[in-house]
Amino acid sequence: MTGVATGKGLEVRGLNKSFGGLVVARDISLRLAPGDRKALIGPNGAGKSTFTNLITGVLQPSSGTLTFDGRDIRPLSEAGRVKAGIARTFQITNLFKTMTVRDNLRLPILERLGRTARGFRRADRDAAVEAEVDALLTQFRLADMGGRVVSQLAYGQQRLVEMAMALALKPRVLILDEPAAGVPSSESPLIAEAIAALPQDLAVLIIEHDMNLVFKVANRIIVLVAGAILTEGTPAEISADPRVRDLYLGAHHG
Amino acid sequence: MTTIASILLDGIAYGMILFMISVGLSVTMGLMRVVNLAHGGFAMLGGAFTHWAMVNAGLPFPVAALGGIAAVVILSVPMERVLYRPIYKMGELPQVLATIGMTFLMIAAVNLWLGSSLLAIKLPALMQGSVNLGFRTLPTQRLYVLGAGLLVIGGLFLLIERTRFGINLRAAVDNPATAACLGIDTGRVFATTFALGAGLAALGGILGAELLPIDAYYPLRYMVLFLTVVAVGGLGSITGSFAAAILLGILDTAARYLVPDAGTIFFYLAMILILGIRPKGLLGRH
Amino acid sequence: MRDITGFALMVLAAIVTFYAFPYSLAFTTRVVIMMIFVLSIDLIQGYTGIATLGQAAMYGSGAYAAGLFAVHVSQAPLLGLAVGALAGGGIAFVSSLVLMRAEGLTQLMLTIAVAEVLREVANKFSAFTGGSDGLSGISPAPILGIWDFDFVGKVGYIYAVAVLLAVMVFLKVLTSSPFGLALQGIKDSPARMRAIGTPVMRRRIAAYTISGVIAGIAGALAAQSTALVSLSVYDFQLSAEAIIMLILGGTGRLWGALIGTAIFMSVHEVAASVDPFNWLFIIGALVLAVVYAVPQGLLGLPAELRRLVRRPQ
Ligand SMILES: Nc1ncnc2c1ncn2[C@@H]1O[C@H](COP(=O)(O)OP(=O)(O)O)[C@@H](O)[C@H]1O
Ligand SMILES: [Mg+2]
Repeated sequence: MTGVATGKGLEVRGLNKSFGGLVVARDISLRLAPGDRKALIGPNGAGKSTFTNLITGVLQPSSGTLTFDGRDIRPLSEAGRVKAGIARTFQITNLFKTMTVRDNLRLPILERLGRTARGFRRADRDAAVEAEVDALLTQFRLADMGGRVVSQLAYGQQRLVEMAMALALKPRVLILDEPAAGVPSSESPLIAEAIAALPQDLAVLIIEHDMNLVFKVANRIIVLVAGAILTEGTPAEISADPRVRDLYLGAHHG
Repeated sequence: MTTIASILLDGIAYGMILFMISVGLSVTMGLMRVVNLAHGGFAMLGGAFTHWAMVNAGLPFPVAALGGIAAVVILSVPMERVLYRPIYKMGELPQVLATIGMTFLMIAAVNLWLGSSLLAIKLPALMQGSVNLGFRTLPTQRLYVLGAGLLVIGGLFLLIERTRFGINLRAAVDNPATAACLGIDTGRVFATTFALGAGLAALGGILGAELLPIDAYYPLRYMVLFLTVVAVGGLGSITGSFAAAILLGILDTAARYLVPDAGTIFFYLAMILILGIRPKGLLGRH
Repeated sequence: MRDITGFALMVLAAIVTFYAFPYSLAFTTRVVIMMIFVLSIDLIQGYTGIATLGQAAMYGSGAYAAGLFAVHVSQAPLLGLAVGALAGGGIAFVSSLVLMRAEGLTQLMLTIAVAEVLREVANKFSAFTGGSDGLSGISPAPILGIWDFDFVGKVGYIYAVAVLLAVMVFLKVLTSSPFGLALQGIKDSPARMRAIGTPVMRRRIAAYTISGVIAGIAGALAAQSTALVSLSVYDFQLSAEAIIMLILGGTGRLWGALIGTAIFMSVHEVAASVDPFNWLFIIGALVLAVVYAVPQGLLGLPAELRRLVRRPQ
């Protein structure tokens, strides 16, 4: 039923989805193996975020298969897929806005450890958890910010927290939905740096409009237009592709 | 057979009242995402003004009723501006609190002004009495209620489908941000809608006084009833409010006819059933 | 540290109240019971972001369960509390299976409907519940067989305060635990909680059930202290007023629930005795003042004042 186990990683085959008459995913196939750095680009409304939602279980595809390490993940809930090792960030910053940065990082760690059903012992007194929070804060250059309520942070820093929360889940596949969206260009190197520092064996799919960032971090680029894959190739191939140029010139005019 | 006809007639008349009172609530709640528990207050104020104008000023019913509706509309404009605007951007909870506070103030005001007893509205001779339908007699007042309900729906339909205001309103309900970008003055659309909704509530309160008697505690007593119509119909949907009002009206009437001592249990069970299956209401957006 | 100060102040306030108003123990006991009830709402509304106007469903079920248990099985007060807790938790668990699927207005309306249906059921089985006459015949035995309830209500007051303290300690521990943090996460962003792998629905059901247990305890206490249960335990007004008290004090902080309840009920008591007809003016104005001037509730007042003082610079 689930097809042949095709080895490690996430495998998407023939994925379809439509909202009423609007087709947002058209026969999408894609593979993410450990260590991959792939980028998904395409104009607004192409269906990139929807693709993220289909993989993470927010939305159910109308047809197509989704396997992770050869195992069918379609029956899994959103939570189930996270436990299987798939994490994502949100295009529109989605943090626990009344909480401190530390609490924002604690929660995914506690959840990963299966502790959020535990109603006793303080959430902020476990040495191992706190050490992990500290490590993440350092890794994302947020060491001074731990005690701040996240809504008081600069937007670029909020985007870093967004990523740190996903990484706190120790995923094997990470989907970054426009990590630099809305970040002033002065702060975008921080984002690039954070992505470059992700664990080597993590499979990363980055959705992004900022081509500098895409070229910096990805070695394969997939171009999505109107829900369908237009082409796929190395950064050099993609930047030389006249169709992609038209698309982006056109998008700029529109 | 005649029981069924009776249930339908009374139920639809009751539903029309519920619709008139609730439709403004549904549209304003859908439009500004505001939880408004004070809306029944407008129905009560309409009834209270009418009662006062007839008893103390000796005005005839049509004049008193129109005056009552006008008074409510005029009162609703500053209320929207001063009391409601600051809470649009607040959470659900402060909205609940603020509008309960307003309800209390309306109750206290009417209580102080006219006392806590029943504020009867004596209908003119023309609307009293009953007509013989062959299988039963129907209070003439119900016919007026049915007629007024149909007029309101027709009027709203024309307003929404055929006027500039209607286009703006629909755009604002669908997506306030986009509507604002298109240059629609959403604040004004809302103020107008709010006043219109308050006026319709007053009309419903006056015409429905027979079924839902007016007194100071009216807004608290029927708060849940009106909110149920809105929730079951689906926030922001006029057609949904109408369907829900008629459905709940018939259901409640049927329960009264067939199982007189069941109280309101069927009403609430129906609500749980409908909202359990369709959390966004009959015609709510998903 | 702060919490210890809080608890110390709370005990102190309870003692001062006990000696300052020896003839109002019936009223102060009602306030303490109401505090427990409002705390139960804070857990779901303030911490988890579940909208409710129907908490009376669990309070009423706790009251009837404890009352019927006292009349038919045993008058032991602590057993009665346990039965009330069970009833409140049971009702909450079952209804949450439907309630937690909805949100916003729909959720509010469904919570109201549950309470109304239960009221009709209690009314229907009047042979058992006493219907609109109320259930009588409750006369609690001595607590643990030692402390007998007296006429003035001294023991009743101390008993209620002890239960409040226990509930408060429990909620303090619960809300600072990983589970409590997860509830706050659900309030801030259910979508993010799902994206970090939390079974949001299950956590919500758990929170609602725990809240139901506490509301059931409050109802059982009320049944024991007034020795009567009437249909009004399911009143919409009870739920609505409790919400007002909660927001008045400030949500999501537990202490706010206590302060809001004390202030609302005191204002109500005083205003209603001075001028029974116009107390709604006072409470209405108070409520509006809080929403427009101190949206964080009275607990947010110090911070709000500090902001005001700082602003001119
Ligand atoms: N829940 C939804 N219901 C209906 N249409 C949707 C929904 N989510 C997204 N869409 C539509 O699907 C299309 C693709 O959206 P999205 O995946 O967000 O695009 P992208 O991320 O590439 O900009 C858009 O036209 C959007 O309006
Ligand atoms: Mg997107």
